[in-house]
Amino acid sequence: MNELIYFFNYVVVAGSVTGSIYAMGAIGVTLIYSILRFAHFAHADMMTLGAFLVLLLTLLFPHAGEPLGLPTAVVMLPIAMVLTSLAAVGIDRVFYQPLRNHGVKPIVLVIASLGVTLMLQGLIRLFSGTGAQSLYVDARKEIFRLEVPGVTRPIILTEPQIILFVVTIASVIALHLFLTRSRLGKAMRAMSDNPDLARASGINTQLIVTLTWVIAGSLATLAGTLLSLDVAFKPDLSFFLLLPIFAAAIVGGVGHPFGAVAGGFLVGFAETLAVFNWSVLLRPLRDSLPSWIELPNNLALVGTEYKIVVPFFILIAVLIWRPTGLFKGKVI
Amino acid sequence: MPLLEAIDVHGGYGGMNILNGVDMTIEADEIGVIVGPNGAGKSTMLKAIFGLLTITGGEIRLRGEAITNLSPHKLVERGMGFVPQEKNIFPSLSVEENLEMGAFLKPATATRLKQQIYEFFPPLKEKRRQPAGELSGGQRQMVAMGRALMNEPSVLLLDEPTAGLSPLYMNEIFERVKTINAAGVGVLMVEQNAKQALRIADKGFVLAAGQNRFTDTGQALLDDPEVARSFLGG
Repeated sequence: MNELIYFFNYVVVAGSVTGSIYAMGAIGVTLIYSILRFAHFAHADMMTLGAFLVLLLTLLFPHAGEPLGLPTAVVMLPIAMVLTSLAAVGIDRVFYQPLRNHGVKPIVLVIASLGVTLMLQGLIRLFSGTGAQSLYVDARKEIFRLEVPGVTRPIILTEPQIILFVVTIASVIALHLFLTRSRLGKAMRAMSDNPDLARASGINTQLIVTLTWVIAGSLATLAGTLLSLDVAFKPDLSFFLLLPIFAAAIVGGVGHPFGAVAGGFLVGFAETLAVFNWSVLLRPLRDSLPSWIELPNNLALVGTEYKIVVPFFILIAVLIWRPTGLFKGKVI
Repeated sequence: MPLLEAIDVHGGYGGMNILNGVDMTIEADEIGVIVGPNGAGKSTMLKAIFGLLTITGGEIRLRGEAITNLSPHKLVERGMGFVPQEKNIFPSLSVEENLEMGAFLKPATATRLKQQIYEFFPPLKEKRRQPAGELSGGQRQMVAMGRALMNEPSVLLLDEPTAGLSPLYMNEIFERVKTINAAGVGVLMVEQNAKQALRIADKGFVLAAGQNRFTDTGQALLDDPEVARSFLGG
């Protein structure tokens, strides 16, 4: 039983955490692609920017969360979401919109977004320094140990993990309701389907573009912050996020927000399963194994330090065998 | 005062002129039909009216007001509806959502108008929850026209509404166009099925090389031996 709890902690919990974060990033990538038709490479840095703004606000008001009994960083989330959305809309107006108005090819916008990546990374590093920083300023991370009867090892969940799960489920449901029930959400899907006809129907496409950046920016802030809360804030977080979130968006079928969620969890679980030490699960069987088999101490598919190859592999496999993704998306 | 007036319109794409002086006038209770050989500038003229290409000379007026080179968005606000020939639906949206998008600027009237459209195009009511992209060609055309009608336009521009449809559906669509017109919507449409279209036309415009060749009532054009010989295949 201890081994199963170990599996639960290191695969189910860890996979759900990674999956939730990738899912929220991938939704942004997929929405931006469906509305603006380019791969927004600066998206992972938008996640870092969101987390950075939360760090900044937390440092400014370290005790703001106490009256509510929540970590200060979580209380600062809504403000950071607004600020990141504003930054995203501002970046679009200054860098991407002039290019769009010139009618450039999508690749030009992709390169522009690479420029924005470098700029954001530089700016964040300038203010935050290069080291890792905890988003728990003047406070301690709550860790919950759930005892399972008859087992010595507890199920371990941290406070940010629980918040992450709640926030992910709430965001996905909210997004679903927005896209299928609200007038603007439907207009967003309409514009993704057929932008010319959307214009000919009187849909204010500029408003839809703004809205896309607001949703993508808000989700990026949530994902970046909750990841930083769970681990720590680093200015180069985006380096480990960019590839997985693009893999997730492509696996799910570009242009499908719910495909992106599925893709996020698929990539997240693939990563955790690949670095999981399977030897732990085999240990109870050690006595029944023939004597000539010696159980190695570590039986992971890839070392933790090479975790990033997993999404890379998934990405290449999907692009070769199913370029439209699981849910027939657009081919980038 | 005419509903829609085009006076000596010049224009084209990327410096190449396709329209070399087109005149058109339709009244509020009329159906105007544009016919002519391929490359005559029929669709281009419709797009020019709807602000989809830049007009370099001439003027377009809606109820006497100049609307030359206004954006499609502004024209929709002023009561113009446009149904493109291709890509005229939102394929992944349901039929109902397609219609709702047509009423984007008037959400308050959407529910009432949807019911009217369903009465007008009964097959759409049955399929209202289906993605529009899964419908047959004729039904898609109904969705496309329904979407444009949801904005309660005073003038409807149709670009080859019967292209690729079976004769059965073609007649059905022409009947619908007549009904729409009878309900007080001015119609201007481009048609390849020239003979059938001119039969329902109050005004016919035969374009060639971006200019008016013949302009008359639909019946007069059908009866004109020269029009018949050169443009209607004898």
